[in-house]
Amino acid sequence: MSQSITLRVNSQRRTFSADPEEPLLYILREEFGINGAKYGCGLHQCGACMVLADSKAEPTCLRPCGSFEEIEITTLEGLAKDGGLHPVQQAFIDVQAAQCGYCLNGMIISAAALLESNPHPSESEIRAALNPVICRCGTHSRFVKAVKLASEKPNPGL
Amino acid sequence: MKKHQPSDTGRRSFLKTTGHLMIGFNLLPLAFCQTKGATNEIPAYPGIPLRPHVDGKLVDSWIRLDAEGFLTVLSGKQELGQGIKIALIQIAAEELDISPDRCRIINSDTGQTANEGFTAGSNSVEGSGKAIRNAAAEARRYLLAMAAEKWSTSPDSLSVTNGTIKSPKGDEISYWKLLEGKHLEGTVTGTAPTKAPRDYRYVGQSLQRDDIRKMALGEPHFVHDLRMPGMLHARVLHPPSYHAKLESLAPTAVESMPGVVKVIRDGSFLAVVAEREYQAVKAREMLKSLAVWSEVPLRPLPRELAESMTTSLGKVEEVQMSPGIAETIKSSTISLQAEYFRPYHMHASMGPSCAIALWEEELLSVWTATQGVYPIRATLADLFSLDEEKIRCIGVPGSGCYGQNGADDVSGEAALIAKKLPGRPIRLQWMRESEHQWEPYGTAMAFRLAAGMDAEGKILAWDTTLWSDSHSTRPNGRAGSFVSARHLDTPFEFRKGGFSAGSYRNGIPEYSIPAKQLQLYNFAGPLRTSSLRGLGAYANTFAMESFLDELIHRAGKDPIEFRLENLEDPRARAVLEKLAEKADWKSRQKTALNGFGIAYSRYKNSTSYFAALAEVDIDKANQTYRLKKLTGVIDSGLVINPDGLRNQCEGGMIQSASWSMLEEVRYDGNGIISENWSSYPILRMMDVPEVEVHLIDRPDTPPMGAGEAAMGPVAAAIANAIFDATGSRIRDLPLKAEKIAWNTL
Repeated sequence: MSQSITLRVNSQRRTFSADPEEPLLYILREEFGINGAKYGCGLHQCGACMVLADSKAEPTCLRPCGSFEEIEITTLEGLAKDGGLHPVQQAFIDVQAAQCGYCLNGMIISAAALLESNPHPSESEIRAALNPVICRCGTHSRFVKAVKLASEKPNPGL
Repeated sequence: MKKHQPSDTGRRSFLKTTGHLMIGFNLLPLAFCQTKGATNEIPAYPGIPLRPHVDGKLVDSWIRLDAEGFLTVLSGKQELGQGIKIALIQIAAEELDISPDRCRIINSDTGQTANEGFTAGSNSVEGSGKAIRNAAAEARRYLLAMAAEKWSTSPDSLSVTNGTIKSPKGDEISYWKLLEGKHLEGTVTGTAPTKAPRDYRYVGQSLQRDDIRKMALGEPHFVHDLRMPGMLHARVLHPPSYHAKLESLAPTAVESMPGVVKVIRDGSFLAVVAEREYQAVKAREMLKSLAVWSEVPLRPLPRELAESMTTSLGKVEEVQMSPGIAETIKSSTISLQAEYFRPYHMHASMGPSCAIALWEEELLSVWTATQGVYPIRATLADLFSLDEEKIRCIGVPGSGCYGQNGADDVSGEAALIAKKLPGRPIRLQWMRESEHQWEPYGTAMAFRLAAGMDAEGKILAWDTTLWSDSHSTRPNGRAGSFVSARHLDTPFEFRKGGFSAGSYRNGIPEYSIPAKQLQLYNFAGPLRTSSLRGLGAYANTFAMESFLDELIHRAGKDPIEFRLENLEDPRARAVLEKLAEKADWKSRQKTALNGFGIAYSRYKNSTSYFAALAEVDIDKANQTYRLKKLTGVIDSGLVINPDGLRNQCEGGMIQSASWSMLEEVRYDGNGIISENWSSYPILRMMDVPEVEVHLIDRPDTPPMGAGEAAMGPVAAAIANAIFDATGSRIRDLPLKAEKIAWNTL
């Protein structure tokens, strides 16, 4: 059952007591007050719950929190650095890439991970990187546009 | 003029409204509309004192100037991701000449805003926008008259710059200084002059939505993000199928789980409440393993559905009759008949529905993503036999809904659960399978179309018979519209409303045809249904514009030319002409491996005009096709926010492509099989087509709703493109590649 778990979220280290089998998503929302990662399916099918785990986009609604110990977790809230927005966040705002916005966390996190490993992706690479994230409003074309825009800016700098 | 309420409506304050004590109500609406921090030019928005809504005729019901330096707009319409907040702000800012960055908006709160029914049918700009424009114009007239009196001059000589009134002599005073904390107490007479479109500064500009910034930063925005002191988490276990009844349950094993506060059983309504969210999820799983249900099989099954619809005649609704039409069609040179079908479609919101309810001393408050705070309040009042005045429903954005998803049901359920735990805010979120299996779907529809055409390709007669279940079972004041109210030990009866107009929306062609007829059979289908984006317009337009394409093909005509020859309305013609121009229609490169499809409709036959072009590429080796590109042209009258309008159209086009190519709710006798994204796939990034939208702005005509205009035309355009590419006419949605006769290619 409950045991002591230490996680590093947005550069802050915290130790708390939880069931290590509890998926990371619930811990982020309840222990860390995170809004970015959201419950969408509980099945790793939709991407609403994405975070950056050691710079890779990972779903969190199933994967146990215990398996994230020793991993640097960055949520949507942690992307902005030194008072400046992450280029992907800024591009999403500039392009007005949202309708309801429920998918935005997954889209932005996936795009940030992509640019970290591939700063100048092709359109098909962008589409492949965002494919795990569902968007029901049909805002896809704007997401592609926003990621292209972000990739044209120097140094995404996570 | 009354003196201002004390402006200290701090977040912890207790508020007296409508005769009873409301605790902490200001906390969330205010926190949620406070979107921008202090900047050099603009101080932080202090919020406005909460005053209960009295009467939509009062200026003060729509326009408030009690926050120094800010205009606060109140609207009964909800932000659903369609960008209504910024559009309404632009309208108010324009009439009052206040910079939009000094404007805030409060949406959908029975404690503050007008009763504007449902946020539906693409009528928020037409309805709320008009009310706000008139109220703002009235406020401006009133403020200018005040200043003119103060300076002993004529109001006509005064001008306004960003909320400051100026006289030719050099006097200056801001709206707020002028009011000295008094309310704008006038009534909206409708006689105050509104600005001429040629003078617009803010309307017609692509101003950015403030909420996109918040969401991109992970700031709280959704009802899912609300957190309250003492809040508990609930989960509901719905029955395994619509008519299942709970036979037995030994709840002890659940009650003893860590964190579980309560197991609620009322008839077949089952819920669990826990301290932590995940504890509630685990407890629900345990409940699921313990509950024993008796089931009633669903009928008719999918394979029997279309036939069951078209053979269950019942009482016909004669929407428009044309005596002798059958004879005309029969004796025409070209006489065609075809049957079309649309399966059940899901709203499939990305975020499962969520609500928070709190009972305190027989007073109920619900934070809800409903499309209608007043209608749901009336329905809650019926559920609890409670005076409406004792309920407050506060609209908070949810995941995009596109009609009635689970948002209303989850609100009713949260209130049922919270009743058992007074004083504790109860946050209930549905699991994915609940949203997929229990939301009310867009209904299946069947069509029998017949038409007669002469040798020159002139359509002489068009006869439509259609079968449809209800497109509107929204909360209407009767508790049975909440699905779980039907499962209680003392169940509430569900009665379908008589709103059949949604079924034949866009059912009668606009084209110049001498004889037109439409008859509707209301069909009680096996699955739960309610409003989905466009209601019947989607399938009516799919069937009509596909069937028209069949006729055009028979006549050997060009699909754009043919429509232009048969449409009299110049605005209808203009969207098609613009589409032909922008897509370079006449020099399109038709090959053996691609196809182009055209479709058109005027939504509701009375609002936005939309023309669509779909381009598909086919892959014979793999027996599949790819939707390469969609191009749309829309005329929705005066454009308030061009980028917002484009965004809505792009979204509608992609969503319609997803419905049309991939989607059908699967079920069998045991219930709904489509329980998640693998059993109900929707279009994903890799398969989304390129989309291009062109606007026709008509500043001198009223703005019209646009969110639903693309749905039908896109469906038919894709079907017509597939026909153009393959010669296969797919008449039953979805447009799956396996329905194409590949062996004839």
